[in-house]
Amino acid sequence: MGEGVAFYLLAALILACGVAVVTVRSAVHSVIFLVASFLLVAMLYVLLHAEFLAVIQVLVYAGGIMVLYLFVVMLVNLKRAPEQRVDPRRRDRLGILVGGAVLAELVAIGLYAFMQPLPASPPAETVAGANNIERVGWLLYTDFLVPFEVASVLLLVALIGAIVLAKREL
Amino acid sequence: MSTPGSQSLFDTDELVINMGPQHPSTHGVLRVVLKLDGERVIDADVVIGYLHRGVEKLCESRDWTQIVLITDRMDYVAAATNNLGYVETVEKMMGIEVPRRARYIRTILSELQRLASHLIWLGTHAADIGALTVFLYCLREREYILDLFEEFCGARLTYNSMRVGGLPGDLPPGWDRKCLELCDIVDQKVPEYETLLTQNRIWLNRTKGIGVITAEQAVALGFSGPPLRASGVLRDIRKDEPYAAYEEFEFDIPVGEAGDTYDRYLVRLEEFRQSTRIIRQAIEGLPEGPIIGKVPRLIKPPAGETYHAIESPKGELGYFIASDGKSLSPYRFRVRPPSLCNLQVLPTLVRGHLVADVVALIGTIDIVLGEVDR
Amino acid sequence: MVDLIVVPLLKIVVLIVAVLTAVAYMVLLERKVQAWVQVRLGPMRVGPHGVLQPVADVLKLLIKEDITPSRVDRWVFTLAPIIVLVCAFWVFAVIPVGPTVELFGREVSLQLTDLNVGLLYVVSIASLGIYGTILAGWSSNSKYPLLGSLRASAQLVSYEVAVTMTLVTIILLTGSLSFNRIVEVQRDMGVWFAFLQPVAFFIYFVGGLAETNRAPFDLPEAEQELVAGFHTEYSGIRFALFFLAEYTNMIVVSAVAVTVFFGGWLAPFPNVGWLSWLGYIPGWMWFVIKVFGVLYAFLWVRATFPRYRYDQLMRLGWKVLIPLAIANVIVTAAVKVWWLS
Repeated sequence: MGEGVAFYLLAALILACGVAVVTVRSAVHSVIFLVASFLLVAMLYVLLHAEFLAVIQVLVYAGGIMVLYLFVVMLVNLKRAPEQRVDPRRRDRLGILVGGAVLAELVAIGLYAFMQPLPASPPAETVAGANNIERVGWLLYTDFLVPFEVASVLLLVALIGAIVLAKREL
Repeated sequence: MSTPGSQSLFDTDELVINMGPQHPSTHGVLRVVLKLDGERVIDADVVIGYLHRGVEKLCESRDWTQIVLITDRMDYVAAATNNLGYVETVEKMMGIEVPRRARYIRTILSELQRLASHLIWLGTHAADIGALTVFLYCLREREYILDLFEEFCGARLTYNSMRVGGLPGDLPPGWDRKCLELCDIVDQKVPEYETLLTQNRIWLNRTKGIGVITAEQAVALGFSGPPLRASGVLRDIRKDEPYAAYEEFEFDIPVGEAGDTYDRYLVRLEEFRQSTRIIRQAIEGLPEGPIIGKVPRLIKPPAGETYHAIESPKGELGYFIASDGKSLSPYRFRVRPPSLCNLQVLPTLVRGHLVADVVALIGTIDIVLGEVDR
Repeated sequence: MVDLIVVPLLKIVVLIVAVLTAVAYMVLLERKVQAWVQVRLGPMRVGPHGVLQPVADVLKLLIKEDITPSRVDRWVFTLAPIIVLVCAFWVFAVIPVGPTVELFGREVSLQLTDLNVGLLYVVSIASLGIYGTILAGWSSNSKYPLLGSLRASAQLVSYEVAVTMTLVTIILLTGSLSFNRIVEVQRDMGVWFAFLQPVAFFIYFVGGLAETNRAPFDLPEAEQELVAGFHTEYSGIRFALFFLAEYTNMIVVSAVAVTVFFGGWLAPFPNVGWLSWLGYIPGWMWFVIKVFGVLYAFLWVRATFPRYRYDQLMRLGWKVLIPLAIANVIVTAAVKVWWLS
C-alpha cells in the first residue's frame, strides 16, 4: 500500500519534471528539472531495493553527466542558435519522425510485456542486501561483457571526437 | 584561426574584466582592464590616477623647506628615501656640503627604509599568492623598524626626516644599539621566511618562469631597481653614482639571471642581507660631528635645472627641479617615480599569462600608488 | 512505531544541532589557530577569549540585509545555497559516530542509517553539491562569480575522481561499502587503514582539501584574484548558507577520513596494556576528537602554504593524483589476489 502510493507519487513527479524540461524557457532551468527527474528516478530504484543502482544513477547521471551538460548550456552562447538557417518544416518533419519512432518502440515494449507471462518474482534475499552490488558486477562481466566493452569503446571514440572538435590546434 | 564571419560553436568570446579599482589585490587604487580568453590574458590596460593629488604642482607653490613634508606622501611606505632624494637635489643645486655624520645617518635611515619597504613588499606579494602568514610575520618585523623611526623623528609613517643640509636632529641615545639589534632580528627572520617560500613547490610553481623580462627589454622599457637587476642588468645608483655615504661601505649588488618573478623575489631577499650589512658598517663607523651643514637662513637655489636620482627601495627615484633664482618655491618640480616607470611594464609582463598570475605580477613589480599618481 | 519514526527523528535533530554547533565553533577555531600561527590573538572581544564570537557572527549574518541583485535569475539564485547546504548535511546520514549503545533500555546505533552502499552514497551526494556552486555563479549574472563557479566545478569534478579511486582501495580491503563494516574490519585487522594505505590517505587528504575549496586549493573563492568567487553577489543569510556549507563540508571530509582511515569510533592502542584505560572513553568522544584532529590539519595547511594556480591545480589532479590513485588500486588488488589468498 505505502509502496504503491510512493510509486505513483514519484512517477507523477518524474513526468511533471520531464514535461518541465521541454517546456521551460531557460535552458539552465530545464537542466535543473532534468537533474530533479534523475534524482526522482533514483528514488524509484530505492523503492525497488536496488540501492546500488540508485546511488550509481545519482553519481553518474545527476552528479557527473548533467554537470557537464550544465557547463555546456552555460558556456555556449544559445542566442546564436536561432540565427542559423533551419527550415521550420524540416524541423517539424524530423520531430514527427523521432516521436513516431519512440511511440512505436513504446507500443512494441507494451505488447511484448503483455504477451509474456509475468515472471515469477525472484526470492527476496537474492535481490536485496549486499548481494546487489556483486550481482551487478557479475552480470556486467559475464552475460553483458560484450555490450559493456562496446559501450566503453563508443565512449572513448566520443571523447576523442570531442577533443578533436574543440581543440584549436593539435 | 577563425575569421569574424565563420563563428563556429566552439569559438570563445573575449571577456573584458575590470580588475580594480574595487578589487582586493589592486592595492585599492589601481585599475587594470584585462582582456581574457578563458582565463588567459590577451591584453591588459593599466588605468591610473585614482590617487592623484597634484603633488608636483603643490610643490611649486610651497617654499623649499615645506616640500620635504610633501615628498613623504608619495611613496608612503618609504618616506625617508623620498626625503633624501629631494634634499640631496636641493643641496646639489645650492652646493651645500653635508657633514659626514649626517651622511652616515642618512644612509642608515635609507637602508632601514629599504628593509621596511621590502618587508611590506614581501608580505603583500606572498599574501597575493595566498601565503597569508608571511604577510603578518613581515608586518611584525616592520613594526620594529617603525619604532626606530618613531624614536628618531616622532613619526611612524610620514617622517619628514631630512632637512636641506642635514638632519632635523641627532640620534637619540641608545638608538645605535637598538638598530644593531634590529639587524640581528632581520638577519634571523628573513631565513625563516625563506623556509616558508623559497623551496616551497607551490611558490616555485607560481613564480618561476612567470613574467620573464630579458635584460634588453628591461632596459628598453625603463625598468629600474630590483626588477631591473633581476633581469641581469648590474645597475644600482648606490654603486654607480654614490650619494649619501654609500661609497664608504662595502656591499654587493645581487643580480638575477632569468628575470622572472622568482628571481625578483630572490634579489630582494638578498637585498635584506646587504642592507643590514650596510647598516652594521655605518653604525660601527659612525663619526662624531655636527648633523647639519652650513645652510643659508633663506633657502633659495640659484637659477638653473638639476636632476638627481637615488636608489629608492623600488628603483630609480629622480627629482628634476628648476629654480628661477628669484621666487621662494621651485619653478618646476618633477619627480621620476620608480613605481610609475615599473608599472608601465605590467601589460608586457601579463600578456599570455593567467588571471591568477596578474596578481602575482602586480606584486612583483612592487608599486605604491601614492607614487604612481602623485 | 518508535523505532521507525521517533528514534530517527530524534537522531536527526541531535545530529543537525551538533553539526551546526561544531560548524560555528569550527569558524572560531579556524580564526584562533590562524591567529596563533601568525603570532596574533584572534577574536578576543566577545566573551572570554572570544568564545561567544560564533553567536555574534550568526546574529550579524541573520539580521543583515539580504540583497538580491536586480538582474539575477531569482529562482536559481535562491535555490543554489540551499542545494549546497542540504547536500552537505545529507552525507551525515550514513556516518557512524559511535558503536551501538544502550539508551533508556533501548539499543540505539549512533548512526542514522547503515546503508549497504554508504561509501558510494557519500560520493554521490558530494557530487550533487557541485550544482549549488555552478548555479550560484551562473545565476549571479556577473563575471567574477561565473569564473569562480567554473573553476569550482572543474576542480570538484576532477578531484572527485581521485578521491573516489582511493575509496575503491578501501572497498578492496573491506569487501563492503558500509561504513559500519569498514570500521569493524579495521578493528578486526588491528590496524587503521591510514597506516595500511598511506598513499590512499595522502591522496584522499589532498583531494579533500581541493573538494572543500580549502587552501592551497581555494581557487574558486581566491580573494586576491576573483574577489569572493561564486558567492560574490550573495549577502546576508544566503551568504551564511554558503559559509555554513563550506565548513560543514570540511567536517564531512574529516568525518569520512576518520571513519575510513582512522578507525572511526575505535580507541587507539587497544593492544597496549598500560593504555587500556583509553578504551573507557566513549566511542563518540574518540570520533569527535579524531575529527577535530583532521580539521586542525586543514587549518594548519591553510596557514602554511601559498595558493596553487588553476592550471597547476588541474595538472596536479589529472597528472599526479589520479594516476597515483589508479596505480594504488592496481597494486592493492594484486596484493590481495596473489598474496593474501
